[in-house]
Order: sequence, then C-alpha cells, then structure tokens
Amino acid sequence: MTTETSTRPDGSTTATAELEATATPTPRRIAGRPELLLERSTSYCPGCGHGVIHRLIAEVLGELGLGPRTIAVAPVGCAVFAYDYLGLDFVEAPHGRAPAVATGIRRVRPDAFVLTYQGDGDLAAIGTAEIVHAAGRGEAITAVFVNNGIYGMTGGQMAPTTLLGQRTTSTPLGRDRRLHGAPLPMTEMLAVLPGVAYAARGSVADPAAIGRTKAMLRRACEVQLAGSGFALVEVLSNCPVGWGMTPSESIRRLAEAVPVTYPPGVMKDVDKGIGVPAATRPEEG
Amino acid sequence: MTTLTGPARPDALPAPGPAAPERILMKGNEALAEAAIQAGCDAYFGYPITPQAELLEWMARRMPELGRAFVQAESELGAINMGLGAAATGARVLVSTSSPGFSLMAEAMSYLAGSEIPLVLVNVMRGGPGLGSIGPAQADYLQAVKGHGHGDYRVPVLAPTSIDEAMELMADGFELGEQYRTPVIILLDGILGQAIEPVTGRFRNPERRPGDWEISGADGRPPRVVKSLHLQPEALEAHNLHLQAKFARIAEREVRWAGEALEDAEVVIVAYGTAARVARTAVAQARAAGLRVGLFRPITLWPFPEKELRALAGRVRGLLVVELSAGQLVEDVRLAVEGGTTVLHHGRTGGMVPSPAEVVTALRHLWSVTTPRGGSLAGASLEAEADPFSLVEAGMWAAAGHPLPEPPAGEPGEPDPLSLVDDADWIHFRETCRERDQGPGHGSDRAHDAFHQPVGPRPAGGTLR
Repeated sequence: MTTETSTRPDGSTTATAELEATATPTPRRIAGRPELLLERSTSYCPGCGHGVIHRLIAEVLGELGLGPRTIAVAPVGCAVFAYDYLGLDFVEAPHGRAPAVATGIRRVRPDAFVLTYQGDGDLAAIGTAEIVHAAGRGEAITAVFVNNGIYGMTGGQMAPTTLLGQRTTSTPLGRDRRLHGAPLPMTEMLAVLPGVAYAARGSVADPAAIGRTKAMLRRACEVQLAGSGFALVEVLSNCPVGWGMTPSESIRRLAEAVPVTYPPGVMKDVDKGIGVPAATRPEEG
Repeated sequence: MTTLTGPARPDALPAPGPAAPERILMKGNEALAEAAIQAGCDAYFGYPITPQAELLEWMARRMPELGRAFVQAESELGAINMGLGAAATGARVLVSTSSPGFSLMAEAMSYLAGSEIPLVLVNVMRGGPGLGSIGPAQADYLQAVKGHGHGDYRVPVLAPTSIDEAMELMADGFELGEQYRTPVIILLDGILGQAIEPVTGRFRNPERRPGDWEISGADGRPPRVVKSLHLQPEALEAHNLHLQAKFARIAEREVRWAGEALEDAEVVIVAYGTAARVARTAVAQARAAGLRVGLFRPITLWPFPEKELRALAGRVRGLLVVELSAGQLVEDVRLAVEGGTTVLHHGRTGGMVPSPAEVVTALRHLWSVTTPRGGSLAGASLEAEADPFSLVEAGMWAAAGHPLPEPPAGEPGEPDPLSLVDDADWIHFRETCRERDQGPGHGSDRAHDAFHQPVGPRPAGGTLR
C-alpha cells in the first residue's frame, strides 16, 4: 500500500490514505484514481472517449509497474495533450511519425517501455508508412490506435476510417465509396505482418467493452515485455462533436453502427497461437 | 599553391608521402561516418540516396560492430523521426541524406528546433530542383541556412572544404548541438562526399553534458515532456523569444571562417566547400598572373561571418562569390557588405563545377569593372571583360542582344578543371589506390580495417556511453 499513501503534487493526501488509517487492518482498494492519471481536467469535449482510454492506459501501466520506465510518444490531433494527463515521460512526434520516433527510442533505450498513442488521421492517413514499417520490423512497441472515424481537432473532416455514408465537413453528402474509397481496416492489414505479435480491436462503447479493451491493452504491454514483437490495440471511440451528436447518441452509434465495419476482437496473439497462419509465421532465428 | 601569402590554412593537408604514415585514404562519406562513430555517435538512421549512400553503408557495417543503433528507415521522414526519438532520450544521433531527402527531413528539423533536441544532419548536396541530378551542387544553401521547415528558427550550418575538415566538424557539430540544444547541419556537396583523399583522422569525442530535459522514464522524478506545441499565444511567444535569445548567443559566439592570402588582396573570392577548392587554385593562378587575389571561406554558413566580411569589404575593390548554384551564398554576401563594395557572382549548376580558368576569367572581369578601394560597376564597360561563363553575366549579356559564348572545350595543357588536390596528393592517391586495388575484397575494406577494433558485447542495462 505504499504507493497509495503518497502525497499528491498539490499536497493533499489520497482518500485511500485516510481510509487506511481508520478502516480494517488490511483494506483493499476497489476504486480510485490511477496514480498515473494526473488530477487535471482535460481539454477533451464532453463525452469524448479519449479520457476513458487514458484511464485504461494509466491503470494497466500502473498495475504492471511500468510507469517509471515508460517513454510515451504523443501524436498530433486531439490526443497530443495526453502528456498533460498521464504522469509519464513524453515526446511529441510530428503528425503520423510516432512509430518512427518510438523506433528511435526503442533502439537506444532497450530497458524502456515504449508506448505510442495515435488517432486515425495520424496512424491511418499521414502516418501509414511509419506504422507499417515499425510493425514490419517487429519493433517492441505497444501502439494504441484510437479510431473515432473523424478528424476531431480540425473540425470534423473525413478520416480514412470514416464509415461509408457518414457525413463529415469534408464529405457533406456522406462518404461515397466511388469518390472517397472504403474505410481502411488498419488492424487487419497490420495483423498479417510477421513482425506483429499482437493485434486487437476494442471499444469504449459500454463497461463490458471497456473491460475487454483493458485486457487487450494489458496483453499488448505483456507482449512488449516478453520481447515478442510489435503490439497494436485499436480502440473504437466516439467523437460526439465531430459526429454532430449528443454524447449518448454517439455511444449508441459506437455500439451499433461502428462494429459492423470494424468488428472488435483479438486478431492476432502470436504467443497464444491466435491468428497466425503458417504462411506468415515468423521464422526462427 | 606556394604563392599563397595569407594566414596558415587551417584545413591544410599535411605533407603527402610515406613521411606521414598516420594518413589514410578515405572517401568523404565514409570519413564522415567514422568521424561520427569516433565522436561517440550512439545511433544512426538513414535512407539510401546518391551521393550519400556510402555513409549509410559504413554505418550499417560499423555501428552493429560497436553495439550501437543503426536503422535503414522506410524514408527520410522515418529516418529523422527515429533520430528525433533517440535524441530525445539524450543519445548522440546522426542522420544523413542528399538534397531530395533533405526536403523530406525539413519537417522534423522544425520540430527538433522547436523542441530543442540536438542532432547532427549531414546533407551531401546534389543537383536540383526536383530529382535533379546526382552531380555535386550547392543549391540547398538557402534551404539549409534560411530555414528548412516552417516557423521562426535557425540552425547552425557547418560547411567543410576538405574531408579532413569535415571529420573535425562532425565532432564540433555534436558539441555545438548539445551545448545549445539544437540540431546542426553539416552541408557539403557531392564531390566532398564522393572524393577520396588523404585524411589524418584527428578524431575527437566531445564531453557529454547530461541535462535535465532528456526523457528516460519518470523514475523518482516528475515526468518530462519534450515538445514544440505551445497552444497559448503568450506561451509560444515566450518560447520563441527564448529560442531567439539562444540564436543570438550562437550568432555572437560561434562564427567561424578562414582567410587565405587576404593581407594584400584587392579582390577576394568568397566560397565554401568544393567551390572554395576550385577558388584556391584560381587564387594561385591569378596571383601568378599579377592579380592580388585572396579567398574568404565561411565555415559556419549560419551564423554567417557578416562582420568579418563587412570589414573586408571596406578595403577591397570587390568580392567574387563562386558557388555550385545559380546564386545563393551571394545573397548573404550582399546583405553582409551592405553595398560596401562590388559583389559579383560566378556559379555553375546542375552538377557542373566551375573550372579555375573560369574563375580567373571572372576575377579579371571583376578587376576590370572596379577601381581600387571600393569602386563600382557604374560607367564600366561590360563588353570589355565580360565573364562569359557567369550565369548572371550571361543573362545581362543576352539581354543586351549579344550572342552567348560557348563554354570552352578543354584545351591541351590547361590544368585539369576537376583537379581538386595538389599534384603531390594526387600522386600519393594514385599510388595508394594501385596498392589497394591489388589487395582483396571490397574497396572500403582497407579503410574499414583501419578502424575496426574487435569489441565485446554491449554492456547490459542499456546505458548510453
């Protein structure tokens, strides 16, 4: 319980510390703010999924004790401010380049835990070369890929992951396959690469999905620690403002419409023999 | 070259021959790579492009031998961003490229400058624009000196004139970068990258200066963020003023240049890199013909030696800027002298290199249109001594309705226009090559073996040297 009795940066003690002083001799913490999630209000819009995903990362890294050795790479987009909300060392990457930046860190800091956090414009549009080649090299990096199907920060334009028919400020008549192409299934595309050890798609649509997503994030961290290769977790998320919906409407869409194009699930887990066709199984040595 | 009467050449090669056994023949690209290794470079990231590829190949071979990081990236974007990540952890990082790749690296240079991450970038310039040619050029001067990426920033630009000097500047580049927390560019043309000449291998591994900004994991200290984003205008302006104050310190302290035969010079050539090598021959030839000519060679292109050049301008008839470009360095020279003397330009582009004879003709032209002590073009007759090879003069010439002269065919007995080394060096080079060709293996093997020392496995724990 030593970590929970520590003093916060603002000088206040945690609720757990008070609990510890008065309650049973062996109190068990069942809820609370993860140590790595800093006590700040975020710049995210009401109902946005980034906050939940940040929290999941903070919980998983905290549970695995990885905070002190984590070097994280922030993207360009709404989530660039992740460095303001997570108590981790961060470097900011140019738009789309987080996997290359993480590669550089990986190669000179073999003991570090390396985490990237990217949105869909960052990873699936401007940064396709960087993500494909980092995954292809099998860099021991854990990549979090937040797919909310839109460019949120710039005002709601079409992303590579925007669903067919979806109206955005740059597809005012809806995404048309003949004009704009179909949504890119990045995680499926990356899962076939031999360097990828883990690829999964989760969601923050409801508490059960959030629980499964947390398990995926944890697995993606374990895969890096085991040195098995590149690990990717795509997280389906919502953007109420960009989608032109209330938060609850956006959650409904996230639960019902989005998984039709982007079905959640674990696509690959090399260490568990999941989703590894013989043809793509990495050679030994 | 015995007619030179100026200060000692700081980049002068030692006497050739067996009396200098420490000298070794090295290709420019490979020498730069080894200099970086000897300067403690922890990680190299690159992408193949001519005429820089041998630098990448040397690193591919040597870095793994030493347990250091080497990645051939998916693009120059990938390479420099790998550099950004590694350097943000405090590693000493080199990236290298040639002109088209330099354009791709421009984006990250802006982030490196804004985030104050030190890194050394070597640009072995080739002809442009576009895919251009693979021949030598100095056409990226403005790009390197005035800004590669977006935003208000400056980056030190070091311009070697010999391979020996390039090796020394590599260590200086790492040191400058770490001292001021800034990326540094080493700018050379394809000839210096590709040429093979004797080097003395005066290596230096600058002392590390660990700071309080590198990211390594927030272990027992508050988290650190290395970033360039400052969304509040007040915060960004404060950050930019901090950067500008740093640039002013660099401009005040780090100007470097070299002068040759300046004491009695009435006309001075301003040139760097291969153009300065050609100019050096032209100075000797012009002096033999009775023209008192000197050479002013900026070593830092930014910060530019403007005060020194302005002082010089006050006591000469004129300056001739010689470049492998249509006129880029000449803009800084004109800004520096503020109209204090006549400034003419002689350049070749697209992979062409001016011959010493061309430069002497341009010097004669400058002499003919100026008067002692800062005369001007006014009233002078262009027809009398027009420089037939200068692009600028050719334009004026054509505009005046004159037919354009043909460039000269090589005349028997003329000095080899591409000869950049002294005869003695050339003989030494030829003999050593003959000896080398008789040996086994890849052309680089001899040079590689000279540096290769068997090393043990990298120490556990991943700590950086």
